[in-house]
Amino acid sequence: MKKPQNIITKAAPVLSVAVIVCGWALIGETGLVPAYMLPSPSEVVKAFIEDFPLLMQHSAVTLQEAIYGLFGGTALAFVFAVLMDRFDFLYKALYPILILTQTVPTIAIAPLLVLWMGFSMAPKITLVVITTFFPITVSLLDGFRAVDRDAVNLLRSMGANRVQIFTKLKLPASAESFFSGLKVSASYAVVGAVISEWLGGFEGLGVYMTRVKKAYAFDKMFAVILLVSAVSLLLMAAVALLKRLSMPYKNKK
Amino acid sequence: MGQLSAQNIGVSFDGRQIIKDVSLHLNEGEIVSLLGVSGGGKTTIFNCLAGLLVPDTGKVFSDDTDITGKPGKISYMMQKDLLLPHYTVLDNACLGLLIKGKSKKESRAAAQPLFETFGLAGTEKKYPHQLSGGMRQRVALLRTYLASDGVALLDEPFSALDAITKHTMHTWYLQVMEKIRLSTLFVTHDTEEAVLLSDRVYILGGNPGTITDEIQVTLPGKKEDRDPSDPDFQSFVKLLQQKTAINIT
Repeated sequence: MKKPQNIITKAAPVLSVAVIVCGWALIGETGLVPAYMLPSPSEVVKAFIEDFPLLMQHSAVTLQEAIYGLFGGTALAFVFAVLMDRFDFLYKALYPILILTQTVPTIAIAPLLVLWMGFSMAPKITLVVITTFFPITVSLLDGFRAVDRDAVNLLRSMGANRVQIFTKLKLPASAESFFSGLKVSASYAVVGAVISEWLGGFEGLGVYMTRVKKAYAFDKMFAVILLVSAVSLLLMAAVALLKRLSMPYKNKK
Repeated sequence: MGQLSAQNIGVSFDGRQIIKDVSLHLNEGEIVSLLGVSGGGKTTIFNCLAGLLVPDTGKVFSDDTDITGKPGKISYMMQKDLLLPHYTVLDNACLGLLIKGKSKKESRAAAQPLFETFGLAGTEKKYPHQLSGGMRQRVALLRTYLASDGVALLDEPFSALDAITKHTMHTWYLQVMEKIRLSTLFVTHDTEEAVLLSDRVYILGGNPGTITDEIQVTLPGKKEDRDPSDPDFQSFVKLLQQKTAINIT
């Protein structure tokens, strides 16, 4: 038997989304906003179905850029976090630079990257790497630093070396923190890829977006916006799955 | 293996002397308590004995080998159980063996039969958060024993437990020690616990901390039969209280 409280909590998000969609449909039907500016949900769905093969083709490219970038960002984050955790002077030297990379607007570096690297996938992946590695680095560093000093001493008293302390204690203890960083980065990754596609390229959801924008095709515009958030959600769900698989002990009651 | 001794160890931090001229020894199979008030330097002594800290003066010997500043020889158990949440109970127990380079298979085979002895049968595949505080301390002691070469340091291992669990743990502890013969140096600030569990008691006092007294607990019979309400037991508790009280004033 489930408690009624539980059902209400589960139904709440479904309900709120339903209300928003209904309100949106109503605004279109009543003519409060002209249909060419705000297409109704049904028109958006129609546009989505019409362009489905094209959208899938573009999504595949965007998703590919996002995933490659995310892998690159994660790898870079590991290198940074491990070195910064091991050498205090590197922590002090690099931390301000890390912060600085986050204050530079993505929109501003994207065209530069295109100029340097051309219209291929490389500048897009690079931009995703730049936007995703920061949250992962910080969450990993926090994870490493939150490890109990006494636990480190316990392993040392058993004669453990640095590598053993890292693999047996620090790394697994940071998993929780790492995955929360990765989740944030996963959502950044898709958005980063789309933004970089706006500024130059031949394929991807961002390219599709700029094209339909020029054609004033609002229905297609809405369809692609929803698709971008769906792709983001998909990637975040993949991260959640990965977390569950790599931390089996969390699921045991 | 099973003997440990410290000779004239002294440590100071930032110009302040924490412990001075601490000499003690532990014979094979003995349980010896180190009794003193909190902040008296007990943990500093333990860190030296475990090799985590190099004393400014003095040396630490395991049997006849100089192990000053060499971790990995003397096993150490702290007040917190420090079980790793990402390993099963069995793998937590094996931790010391794994770190010493034994294979997973070998370590598990060594640990498995001891689960019965430690009253932990059936918990092997569980994770630490599924166990009660008392059970977790049992796993911690098993891990300490497996990692040891016959000598272990126990730093107030039962002080975080509630009174009832603590009492059960004392009985359990003496029964297990009877079987495994682990030479143990036991830090506590509980005089009754010291009398209940020890063959000998060192009193740590003064500032900087040093060994001010050594008392042989000469109660007749087995340790398991020691009764806190017995007048002889009580007189030992009183004696220890007096000895530690002198150090405070």
